[in-house]
Amino acid sequence: MSTGIQFDAVRVCAGQSTLLDGVSCRAQAGRLTGLIGPNGAGKSTLMRAALGLVPLADGRISFDGQDLPGMPRRARAQMCAFVEQSGSAEVHLGAREVVALGRIPFQSVWQSVPSPDDDAAVDTALAAVGMSGFAERHYHTLSGGEQQRLQVARALAQQPRLLILDEPTNHLDVHAQLSILGLLRRLARSGATVLLALHDLNLAAAFCDDLVVLHHGRLVAGGAPEAVLTPALLRDVYAVGASLLRHPGTGRPMIAYDVSPE
Amino acid sequence: MTPGRGPQFVLGLALWALLLGSVVMAVTFGPADIAPTEVWQTIAHHLGLPFETPVTRLRDAIIWELRLPRVLVAAGIGAGLALCGAIMQALTRNPLADPYLLGLSSGASFGAVAFLLAGAALLMPIGAFFGAGAAMALTLLVTRLLGGATPSRAILAGIAVSALAAAATSFLIFWSATGDSYREILSWLMGSLSGASWGDAGIVLSAVLLLGVPMLLAGRALDAFAFGDAAAATLGIDVAKLRWALLGATALLTGALVAVGGAIGFVGLIIPHVVRLGTGTRHRLLLPVAMLVGACFMVWTDTAARSLFSPRELPVGIITALLGAPIFLLVLLRYRRVT
Repeated sequence: MSTGIQFDAVRVCAGQSTLLDGVSCRAQAGRLTGLIGPNGAGKSTLMRAALGLVPLADGRISFDGQDLPGMPRRARAQMCAFVEQSGSAEVHLGAREVVALGRIPFQSVWQSVPSPDDDAAVDTALAAVGMSGFAERHYHTLSGGEQQRLQVARALAQQPRLLILDEPTNHLDVHAQLSILGLLRRLARSGATVLLALHDLNLAAAFCDDLVVLHHGRLVAGGAPEAVLTPALLRDVYAVGASLLRHPGTGRPMIAYDVSPE
Repeated sequence: MTPGRGPQFVLGLALWALLLGSVVMAVTFGPADIAPTEVWQTIAHHLGLPFETPVTRLRDAIIWELRLPRVLVAAGIGAGLALCGAIMQALTRNPLADPYLLGLSSGASFGAVAFLLAGAALLMPIGAFFGAGAAMALTLLVTRLLGGATPSRAILAGIAVSALAAAATSFLIFWSATGDSYREILSWLMGSLSGASWGDAGIVLSAVLLLGVPMLLAGRALDAFAFGDAAAATLGIDVAKLRWALLGATALLTGALVAVGGAIGFVGLIIPHVVRLGTGTRHRLLLPVAMLVGACFMVWTDTAARSLFSPRELPVGIITALLGAPIFLLVLLRYRRVT
């Protein structure tokens, strides 16, 4: 049984500046964990450190007890997928080919065509994001939301137990935002560990099971959305005034920002 | 839908047949009239196959000593340049990248000319290796000084290094070349395969085989670069190692090709683009198809170079530029429309 990803006293430096300073937190398997904080709080750095893309100055990041950044790349890619902030649109690939990139960690150098397993994983991933009808389209002709869904499908084709996403709802319209987050929540329910950075606090409150709040490279709060999202935290971390309401249907927290009348 | 194993096999077979046919037909072109059957018989005879050879010794020499090595050199250079271009375009994620743009060819030319003028004509390929490698190292260094490897910075650095190497080459020629060697070097610099020998064919074909096969196997890993270095790394690719290995192999291969054929432009640029329109961007398919198409392309452009204005011979680089520039413009315009 998977336990999830664990960050222990993670420190990341770039030159003289400290990007992450002793961050300890975790994202549990089966739950959707949102990483929030203002720009420059260290959200992207924390995720990139987990993937071995930036070196740790100190601390440890483990997944199911294994050292994640230190794992062989290929082994890590076979269980952990990453979706970057809106990938370049200037890519001349078919939609299906983009999703098939997720099979690279499973293919040998001698393999010249996809295996039946590869094809099945790609088909399943396309269906999961509702893009089966778009398989033959060119990536660069698709809308931002469709491209983002394909990126998620590419990650799903890796059949990951750990999925890390950096702002997957950026530049998407409301419908696309809700459908991506709904998909990620279903994925978490099926047993995967899903860690995602979010800017929109109302979306984070509506979908995430747990929240982790970073500010200036430090962990400032963690836990259930209703415990974490308080007027005091929003003032201290985001420098905004706000009232907390409850969603009439789900009972989840909703944020009403203080906007001075004209 | 990406083509499966069957269609790929048929495509490969068809392209090999086309290349073989092109080689034989190209050998028949020239002042002495030679029939395709004579070419077959001569080749079979020299390979030790049990065929009667009714071909006279003179015609045998024309086919085996004069024309065949040159046609094989052309095929090897076309395949190698197309491969180098396709790989650099993938690594730099820049459709304009090729060995010329990143300064490798100019560096190779400089190294080759330096060795030639120093009286070590036999060591020209080694000079070209070092020249291409030094130019690549310089391009990478300048790219780093500009603040890190982005496609546009790499291209700018390549242009600067290219200009520097070209100026240094011109200076060398101005300083030490005399009338005859001057003309010879200029023709070689523009790209010319005249006088290609079996030794040249050996250099080109062994470089294409020894370096090309491992480069082809990197095809699947190259696909992972479509969305950048970080995406490739999270797909399990050792980005730094692969990039160094492939850039090093590209420099070596470019060096060998330039040493023999001179700076033949546009092949590395247009062949991958044209092939991509048909095969898509999957490198395990794109790379071998680009090599075969590049080989056929160079066989016919070199045949045109030596027969169009016979007995005068055009440097083949002029023909590839004449054909390449408009095709390249079309490709550029097409990409502009779709994006």
